[in-house]
Amino acid sequence: MDKLGRRRMEERVFLVLMSGSILVVVGSLLSMFLTVLGKGLGALSLAMVTQTPKGGYYLGKEGGILNAIVGSLYLATGSTLLSVLVSLPIAVYLYEYAGESRRTSYTRRMLDALCGVPSIVYGAFAFTVMIYLRMRASLLWGILTVTLFEFPMMTRGIDEVLRTVPNRLRETAFSLGSTKFEAATQVVLRQAMPGILTTVLIGFGRAIGDAAAVLLTAGYTDNIPSSLMDPVATLPLAVFFQLSTPIPEVQQRAYASGIILLFMVLGLSVVSRWSSKKLMRYVVR
Amino acid sequence: MEDPAIQVRDLSVHYGKVAALRNVSAVVPRNMITAVIGPSGCGKTTLLKSMNRLLEIYGGVRVTGEVLVDGVNVYGDDVEVTELRRKVGLITQTPNPLPMSIYDNVAYGPRIHGNGGKEKLNQLVERCLRSAGLWDEVKDRLKEPAANLSIGQQQRLNLARVLSVEPEVLLCDEPTSSLDPVSAGRIEELLRRLSVDYTIIMVTHTLRQARRLSDYAIFMYMGELVEQGYADKFFKEPDDPRTLEYIEGIYG
Repeated sequence: MDKLGRRRMEERVFLVLMSGSILVVVGSLLSMFLTVLGKGLGALSLAMVTQTPKGGYYLGKEGGILNAIVGSLYLATGSTLLSVLVSLPIAVYLYEYAGESRRTSYTRRMLDALCGVPSIVYGAFAFTVMIYLRMRASLLWGILTVTLFEFPMMTRGIDEVLRTVPNRLRETAFSLGSTKFEAATQVVLRQAMPGILTTVLIGFGRAIGDAAAVLLTAGYTDNIPSSLMDPVATLPLAVFFQLSTPIPEVQQRAYASGIILLFMVLGLSVVSRWSSKKLMRYVVR
Repeated sequence: MEDPAIQVRDLSVHYGKVAALRNVSAVVPRNMITAVIGPSGCGKTTLLKSMNRLLEIYGGVRVTGEVLVDGVNVYGDDVEVTELRRKVGLITQTPNPLPMSIYDNVAYGPRIHGNGGKEKLNQLVERCLRSAGLWDEVKDRLKEPAANLSIGQQQRLNLARVLSVEPEVLLCDEPTSSLDPVSAGRIEELLRRLSVDYTIIMVTHTLRQARRLSDYAIFMYMGELVEQGYADKFFKEPDDPRTLEYIEGIYG
C-alpha cells in the first residue's frame, strides 16, 4: 500500500476506535440511568423527599429519606468547604511559591498516591483515631473523613489548573509591582477560577456519592442531625441499607433514592455550568 | 553625560551556565528615547529586564554588576523590588490584558500600591487612558473584559496600565512588533509624546523604527555592548565597523 493509502487507513481505523469508545461509555451510562429509572420511578413519591423514616419504613411502610438527603448535603458541603480551605493554600504554595524542586515533586507524587487510596481506608483510619479519642460517630467525623479523601484530589486538581494560567499574566502583575501574594490572588486565581470551580464541584460529587468513607465514622440515623456531634445518614448508605433488605418494595425505594441522588448531582452540575460561564467572562484566552 | 536616568555598570547575566550578558556598561539619558538594537539573541531583552529585576522571577538567573536607577543600585540590599517595578514600568511585546475589565486593568496597579479613593481612582484611570489615546474608544465600555479589545487597543491599554502607577522609566520590549502598521504608528506617536516626561528605553528589531524614534542608541551583539551614542552620530558614522555593518543591513 502506498504512503497516502496507509495514512488514510490509519485515520479511518482510529475514527472507528474513538466512536467505539464513545459508544461504550455513553451506552453504559445510559443503560445504568434507565435501570435506575425503571426500577425506582414507581417508588418515587413526595413523601420520600419530605419525610424522615417512620417506624416501619424499612419494612415497606410510610416515611421517606429526608434524613439521608439532608445528611448527604451537610456532609458533602461541609467537607467540600473544608477541602477548599486546605487545598487552595497548598496548591497556591506548591505552584506559585515553591517552584519546581525535588521537594515539590515528591509532594505531588504523594498527593497522587493519596488520590488512589480507596475511601474505605480513609474511613478505617479515621475510625481508629475516633476510637482512640473515645468519640462517637458523628457528622463532624464524617466531614473530617470525607475531607481527608477529598482534599488530595482537589489540591492536585487546582495545582493543574494553575499550571494552565499563562506566565505572561504573572509577569505582567509583577512588572506592575505586585507581590507574589497579590499576583496569585488577584490575577492568577481570577484567571483560574472557572477551572477551580470545576475541580471543587467534582470533589463535591465524589463526596456526596461516597459510601465507604463514612460507613464507620458518620453513623447512621433516621433523624436529621441538629448538631455536629449527632450521627448522620447519607444517601449512598440509604441506598445500600434499603437494597439489602429482603422486601421488594424497600428495594424499589433504594432505586428511587438513587434517582434522587442522581438528580442532585445533575442539578449541581447544571448550576456549576451556568456559574462558570459567568466567571468565564473576564478570562483571557 | 550629565545626570543619566540609568547607568549600567559591568553587568553580566547568566541563565544557568549560559552567559546572556557579558560586562555590559551603558548609560540611558533622561527623558529621551533610547533604542536598543541588535540581532536576535544578543541580550537586548535581558538588558531591559535587568533594569526592573524581572529576570529573577523564574529563578536560575545569576546577575553580577550594577544597574543604577537615579543613582541607586537596583540590586542593592535595601531595594524594595515592588517599588522599583512601579518606578520602572515595562511594556511588553504582546499586550497581555489581565483577566478583568478595561477599567480594572488600569486600576490594578494603583489599587495594589494603595492609591485610595474611588473618585481619585476614576480620574487617574481616565487620565491614563487619555494619555494612551484610548479614552474615546472605551469610555462607554469600561466594564467590558479587556480581552474583547482589538490587539492595537490592547497595546494602548497596556500603556495606560503602565502609566497608572506613575513610573519614571518606560521599558518597551518591541512594543509594536505584534501590531498592524496603523496601530504601530499610534504607539510610536504616543511614545514620542511621552518621552517629554519619561525616560524610554525601547528594544526594537526594526532599524527604521530606531532611526525614526530614538535620541540615543545602543548596539548589542552576542551578549556584549558594541557601541552606544546619540542617534545623529550613531546612525551616520558609528565608530565600530560591526555597528556600521548592522545598520547598513549587512547582517542581522
